[in-house]
Amino acid sequence: MNVITDHLSEFGDGLLLTVGLTLLSLAGALVAGVVVAAMRVSPVRVLRAAGMVYVETLQNVPLLVWLVLAVFGLPEIGVMAGLFTSSVVVIALYQGAYTAEAVRSGINAVPVGQGEAARALGLTFPQSLRLVILPQALRTVVQPLGNIAIMTLMNTALAAAVGVVELTAAANRVNLAEARPIWIFVTAGLAYMALSGAIGLATGTLERKLAILR
Amino acid sequence: MGDRMIEVRGLHKRFGDHVALRDVDLDVARGEVVVVIGPSGSGKSTLCRCLNRLETPDAGEVRIDGAPLPAEGRALARLRADVGMVFQSFNLFQHRTVLDNLTLAPVRVRGLSRAEAEERARELLDRVGIGEQAGKLPAQLSGGQQQRAAIARALAMRPKALLFDEPTSALDPEMVGEVLDVMTGLARDGMTMVVVTHEMGFARQVADRVVFMADGEVVETGAPAAFFDSPASDRARDFLAKVLSH
Ligand SMILES: Nc1ncnc2c1ncn2[C@@H]1O[C@H](COP(=O)(O)OP(=O)(O)OP(=O)(O)O)[C@@H](O)[C@H]1O
Ligand SMILES: [Mg+2]
Repeated sequence: MNVITDHLSEFGDGLLLTVGLTLLSLAGALVAGVVVAAMRVSPVRVLRAAGMVYVETLQNVPLLVWLVLAVFGLPEIGVMAGLFTSSVVVIALYQGAYTAEAVRSGINAVPVGQGEAARALGLTFPQSLRLVILPQALRTVVQPLGNIAIMTLMNTALAAAVGVVELTAAANRVNLAEARPIWIFVTAGLAYMALSGAIGLATGTLERKLAILR
Repeated sequence: MGDRMIEVRGLHKRFGDHVALRDVDLDVARGEVVVVIGPSGSGKSTLCRCLNRLETPDAGEVRIDGAPLPAEGRALARLRADVGMVFQSFNLFQHRTVLDNLTLAPVRVRGLSRAEAEERARELLDRVGIGEQAGKLPAQLSGGQQQRAAIARALAMRPKALLFDEPTSALDPEMVGEVLDVMTGLARDGMTMVVVTHEMGFARQVADRVVFMADGEVVETGAPAAFFDSPASDRARDFLAKVLSH
């Protein structure tokens, strides 16, 4: 047990970074996802096409490749950003593609009559999307969004590969010093499980609170 | 200005190979109540939806109070705000209370303050007899109450005309009357209305004019008494024989 207690501060720091990466990436992914989903259902063809290209491009290249590309490629073209910031932005954009697909399925699940009633009242398309469609769409996709949140948490471990000392990287460092992989990585694994358990609980609560009476 | 609230000229609409509207002309005068009847698939809903461009016609023109309906964008939204629509399936916003259903568009489209919009909304809910239900969600109301709320929502925009597409067809029989009563009241108050319905009693008593459609065309139009008692066309006669025998 000493391997863990002796390195509590390293584990703590790593855990904090993991939580920070997850929360910031998720917030970004939600914004990107809603914007891209809105583009994909918009009446403007160029926006629809752009939204589709975004989703296809982001989803069809591994996250690790995007991370490496951003961390090593961006400085080449003169964009200087910290490792943490770069990782947050990349993970947010990547998970944003999945979020967009989930949100879009939610939009498609809203009865067409809702949008027609909104437009018949004189709301513009963006207004009816924002005030009528999206609030209902998001409520129906709480569960899939919760899964994306858990996937985001797991994917923050890839930031270790580009030098962010989050939980997995912290565990790795402790292991290099102590060579007790089972204790160390089981501890890290339990921490991830606890975090995803918390996300699951939050999702369940939100889903009950937001359910729409039909 | 003039006394024509709605003018339809040469309206065509096709869905793929199927022609839903064929060269339809229609005038609705200010304050007039026009009831549109006809067999299923004759294009009644399509006509109604073309009047506020929920359906885009392939040819022809629609004018509301003298102004041609713009093709899209903000200008279209502004004109739609002046033409209320009541749907068969109510289409109340499920995630908002009845009161919020009534205030949303007046605040967002007309720029009313929240307080003004709420005052107007409460008056209208009282007028359609569901003032007590203001704080409930649509799903907590009966069908008849939901449809009355939907009518109040349309009225909250102070529209120049109201379109109804089979407003009572989704209701249990005992709730049809309460909705027709509200509509009759509106007609008496001088609202310009286009009503697609199978309620022949309403057509006879409330309509100023009946428009009979078949196969995407306006086949016959006339005052209700004349139309129901002595239809001029065979198709109208056949149709009336079928619906009135029940
Ligand atoms: N969105 C659509 N796509 C394809 N065909 C359609 C669409 N809407 C209507 N139609 C067709 O156009 C024709 C006219 O339909 P419409 O709904 O206007 O008829 P209606 O007179 O309202 O009938 P009902 O009394 O059954 O409501 C029908 O043959 C229908 O199948
Ligand atoms: Mg119809």
